[in-house]
Amino acid sequence: MSSSLRREDVAKVAQLARLSLSDDELDKFTEQLGQVLEHANDMGTLNLENVVATAHPFGLINVVRDDVVRPSLDRSEVLAMAPDARDGRFAVPRIMGEAP
Amino acid sequence: MTLPNGWEIVVGLEVHTELKTATKMFCGCANRFGAEPNTNVCPVCLGLPGSLPVLNVRAVDLAMAIGMALHCTIAPSTFHRKNYFYPDMPKDFQISQYDLPINKGGYLDLPDASRVSIERAHLEEDTGKSTHLGGSGRIHGADRSLVDYNRSGVPLVEIVSGPDIRSSSQARAYASELRGILIATGASDGRMEEGSMRIDANVSVRQADAEFGTRCEIKNLNSLRSLQRAIDYEAMRQVELIEAGGTVRQETRHWDEILGATSTMRIKEEADDYRYFREPDLVDLAPDQAWQDRIRSQLGPMPAQRRRELTARLTSATQAQLDAVEVVIDLGLDRLVNYAADGGADVSLALSRAANELAGGIEGVDRLTPEAFCATVLMEQRGELSSTQAKTVLGELLASGGDPHAIAGTMGFEQLSSDSLGETVDELIERHPDEWTRYREGDEKLAQFFIGQVMKATKGRANGKAVIAELQARR
Amino acid sequence: MKSAFQIVDEVRRGATTAAAELATCLDAVRARNEELNVFLYVDEEGAAAAASRVDGILASGGDGGALAGVPIAIKDNMCQRGIPTTCSSKILEGWRPPYNATVLDRLLAAGAVPVGKTNLDEFAMGSSTENSAFGPTRNPLDPSRVPGGSSGGSAAAVAAGMTPLALGSDTGGSIRQPAALCGLVGVKPTYGLVSRYGLIAFASSLDQIGPFAKTVRDAAMLLEVIAGHDPMDSTSLPEQSPSLVAHVGDGVAGKRVGVVRELIEGADQDVVDAVDRATRVLADAGATLVELSIPELRLGLSAYYLIAPAEASSNLARYDGVRFGLRVNAEDVSAMNEATRTAGFGAEVKRRIMLGTYALSAGYYDAYYGQALKVRTQMIDAFRRAYREVDLLIGATAPSVAFEFGSKTSNPMSMYLSDVFTIPTNLAGEAALSVPFGTGEAGLPVGVQLLGPGRSEGLLLAGARVLEIADGRP
Ligand SMILES: [Mg+2]
Ligand SMILES: [Zn+2]
Repeated sequence: MSSSLRREDVAKVAQLARLSLSDDELDKFTEQLGQVLEHANDMGTLNLENVVATAHPFGLINVVRDDVVRPSLDRSEVLAMAPDARDGRFAVPRIMGEAP
Repeated sequence: MTLPNGWEIVVGLEVHTELKTATKMFCGCANRFGAEPNTNVCPVCLGLPGSLPVLNVRAVDLAMAIGMALHCTIAPSTFHRKNYFYPDMPKDFQISQYDLPINKGGYLDLPDASRVSIERAHLEEDTGKSTHLGGSGRIHGADRSLVDYNRSGVPLVEIVSGPDIRSSSQARAYASELRGILIATGASDGRMEEGSMRIDANVSVRQADAEFGTRCEIKNLNSLRSLQRAIDYEAMRQVELIEAGGTVRQETRHWDEILGATSTMRIKEEADDYRYFREPDLVDLAPDQAWQDRIRSQLGPMPAQRRRELTARLTSATQAQLDAVEVVIDLGLDRLVNYAADGGADVSLALSRAANELAGGIEGVDRLTPEAFCATVLMEQRGELSSTQAKTVLGELLASGGDPHAIAGTMGFEQLSSDSLGETVDELIERHPDEWTRYREGDEKLAQFFIGQVMKATKGRANGKAVIAELQARR
Repeated sequence: MKSAFQIVDEVRRGATTAAAELATCLDAVRARNEELNVFLYVDEEGAAAAASRVDGILASGGDGGALAGVPIAIKDNMCQRGIPTTCSSKILEGWRPPYNATVLDRLLAAGAVPVGKTNLDEFAMGSSTENSAFGPTRNPLDPSRVPGGSSGGSAAAVAAGMTPLALGSDTGGSIRQPAALCGLVGVKPTYGLVSRYGLIAFASSLDQIGPFAKTVRDAAMLLEVIAGHDPMDSTSLPEQSPSLVAHVGDGVAGKRVGVVRELIEGADQDVVDAVDRATRVLADAGATLVELSIPELRLGLSAYYLIAPAEASSNLARYDGVRFGLRVNAEDVSAMNEATRTAGFGAEVKRRIMLGTYALSAGYYDAYYGQALKVRTQMIDAFRRAYREVDLLIGATAPSVAFEFGSKTSNPMSMYLSDVFTIPTNLAGEAALSVPFGTGEAGLPVGVQLLGPGRSEGLLLAGARVLEIADGRP
């Protein structure tokens, strides 16, 4: 595993995460994230080929709920949270493309 | 449509179907189409900070029913997050199944005996809905958008076929058969016009037996007709592009129903990095044998079997009858036809009444009991009702329910035994040719004249509505 | 100030009222909140209503609940209906949740009196409470030092005598480390023991809510109230709340205690000495000591700083300016999302979002996130092997006593290292607590960490009680 994190990697990641960074921030983050990844390289030396990945600490399965309607929130309360609302809906600036 | 110069269409379909549950996939909000915007929402389906999903057991039941109907293997499965920013997706990730779907590896046999493989049928959640203000009301050129989250979190099953489909008509037949199956399992109402079944088509072209070509994905086709037209258009576009020396670019395309054309929506590129990872707020789903057996035991016969069974009841089916069978199976009316036939009714008569009168008034079909349908067909068969009267009675049953004998009585059909009302009307028409001609040419007032004459002749035993029905049948 | 146990006892006997205890608590808040920056919001009105409800129930012969009349501070990453909830982030400033976290409902049902919301590192990302958009919290024991983090505000509330109890959340040590730095008992319960519904997620597979208190018994009382199955949280353990208070005095006679090299080495000498003394106390109380080495624990930090940011990058996507919280307007919706997030998140949050996004992104998933999940498996297996040999483990909670402001802010990695002893428990989903034991540099408290398998809270609290008595707090 390589830890040579490049500036353009950080720029791409920032774009994916919807964050904009100044040139200075880009430099600083490249260095700081590089350090963390460097530290993570100690894992790269392990042979974990036959180890199963654990995404979750406990082995619960089939946790479900009954298909029974519960009260929804009051619309006025919901829309009161919104930065902008019109006609009972949340308003946003124009959407540039359809969902992927 | 066939493509020129030895080109062949290759299609795989992704069908999203909303499940007919009472509540959403991960919260207790009602799953209901057409409610006032943002009235069926809660912290979970709005993605508010701190909220957590809990899986709806009914969504799992229905997903398994679909899988079983499609001969899939029910497998231990997990949920993943598909991360991308979009305003109609409240958490900015979609909970979906990824590498371990609940259903995998099945198939669907079509009426023409071809088989389409099913790669997977997995559970996921639907998004909210945006409308666009300003400009043309379409997404392009709008200056702002409004979002309603009532649909956010509605359970979906996405059924992914193999790239086995070789024509637009086969694609249509697949979608139609699948729709029948979804309705038969009770998983969906199959209403494409309301968006409860939406189709994405992956289309490519190739020279016969060559490697698959680059495919384009056409999004959100919401009628069988659009599906067929869009595939034909897209295949021709690709052929013309290649023959002109171009290459097909992998992209997502939009179908414009009015223009009858597809256009570029989004080029697939590196930016499509969904960063899938296991949804840490949900645990694994592994329905045990008992749970699977329960769902399997509740599964009724699928359309193909029902089509076979109904056709087998017809001594020698005409094309018109085969068409009627299609209609009846499609609308789930074979249950009524079979019940009537079991009760002694003539199959072809019951089939015809179902494919015409019942299909025409399908929104009222829940009011019609199998017993009432059977009784009406029998009355017609025995000559107690004329065909016109029988149709009138069925119309009344679909409109308000009730008992066919009582309805026939109220309408005065039964007092005038056999076809005597019809005979009386025939006699009167013969006796008053001028009035009949004027009535036929559109003078509605003369209906009253004939009603009066019928009343006189039957000593008031006839029913005005029934007389008008007889008159209209002869017009 | 009175313990929670004492308040419940007196309120029930009629020796005091919930309203009077609330007044005392609010006086303490007024006296030092400006100096220490503990509470971001004090809900005087709601607290008064809760207190008078408890007094009313008791006046009419009712029971009042297990925490009748006890003022409690809530870390500001738990939703309380109608009360500003910020996660110490500008992106949530002004947001009032339309619902209660399950823990809030349980506290109210038990007669507790939630007083207000406490400061934290933004979205619980930090170990010093310096990363708050609303300024750092100061350690009440030495205001020139940090209280630890991320639950620094909740720890400071109890340490300053403002409330006898507080709720924190622990993703990689965020309860235990501030408890150690502020001289308190802090428990990170077994994953799934306390409902996360309404806890604003940092890293979903690691987060747990837990108690801060001055005494072991108070911590047990609070944990009993908030623990137990919740149908709103799919990861909630199926069983009801365990009986803890009744077993606080059970001692550790006959228990096997693993003294883990990896949970001590690298700590300052004063911390090492305290752990040594505590270990001898447990032996004197009848426990058998077993020297252990669990090398896998050394990999915890690396795995944690990939797994937690990965989950966080996804959990924090929803702060997009569309439905709630901050919006910075822009031409189109993507630009609005970006402007909002850029303005609303602080540097540490951005750092972790980017780290997590990177770890999950195409081409790096296997090397980073995927590998970290496998290390997590090894960690779980290593703990399991240890718990076949011993009943509980002992080590340090934090490498040092409370440190000075700004001493670790310039280098994120040095800050991350302050969680090195606490992180493995979160990765394994197991239980651990920190209990104060003696003092170190500058007379500041040292925390000793006791760790156990899932559902071992009763045993850990009993062990902590042994140390508490030996440390002169009978
Ligand atoms: Mg999908
Ligand atoms: Zn909901």
